Amino acid sequence: MTGEAIAFYVLAAITLASGVVVVRSPNIVHSAVALIPAFLGVTGVYILLGAEFVAGIQVLIYAGAITVLILFVIMLTEGGTGLRLRQVNEQETIGAMVAGVIAALLVVGITRTGWHAGMGALPAYTPGAIGQSFLGPNLLVFEGTSIVLLVSLIGAIIIARKEE
Amino acid sequence: MVTLAHYLVLSALVFALGLFAVLTRRNGVAVLMGIELMLNAANINLVAFNKYAAPGAMQGQVFALVVITLAACEAAVGLALVLAAYRSLETIYLDEINLMKW
Repeated sequence: MTGEAIAFYVLAAITLASGVVVVRSPNIVHSAVALIPAFLGVTGVYILLGAEFVAGIQVLIYAGAITVLILFVIMLTEGGTGLRLRQVNEQETIGAMVAGVIAALLVVGITRTGWHAGMGALPAYTPGAIGQSFLGPNLLVFEGTSIVLLVSLIGAIIIARKEE
Repeated sequence: MVTLAHYLVLSALVFALGLFAVLTRRNGVAVLMGIELMLNAANINLVAFNKYAAPGAMQGQVFALVVITLAACEAAVGLALVLAAYRSLETIYLDEINLMKW
């Protein structure tokens, strides 16, 4: 087994194990904190795939900002862990079946497909190439994203503020 | 040897976990966590296809960055909605929120 394979399996195990905690823990705070190793495992996968800029953004936004935001909302509503309340609805069996069947179909489909490798090579320094792409061919995407950010910021403030 | 299929299988499993959370959790914040897991699964696919299927183009990584940005927007608005619902209805359990207007 090569080092790359060992790294991949360790990162996949970290991601999936903490994902199970996120999905199943009866304590909602444990779920939110388990999001951090799940996101960091995905960060490691990005680094294995040669996407170091996406990995950095993943740590900053997901593991940093979004997890803290989720913890804040948990603390602001119901005062904490919700341990005395039932956390899953009555669709537990059928939900597990649906998720399991979709996962099985996807895994079978992926493993039975012959994937062709593409031509070319990743640039040695992807942040520069991403910057060139955002300010060149993808400029409209960049500007559109900034407008969406502004709109969602204003919308979040208007929705969450106290009504007079 | 780690191939494209390994990454796609990992992504499919993470997606199924997120879907399970969305389908079965009662707490609105936990449903949002499930959505974040599903978006992460999509991002793994994008970056993996960028490396294995089209290494010359950066579109996969660029699109993954756009998805991360939109996930942050979605989390901010979704959590604001949860706070607003809690302020009006005193609950964030989605099966107890059954009003369109109050």
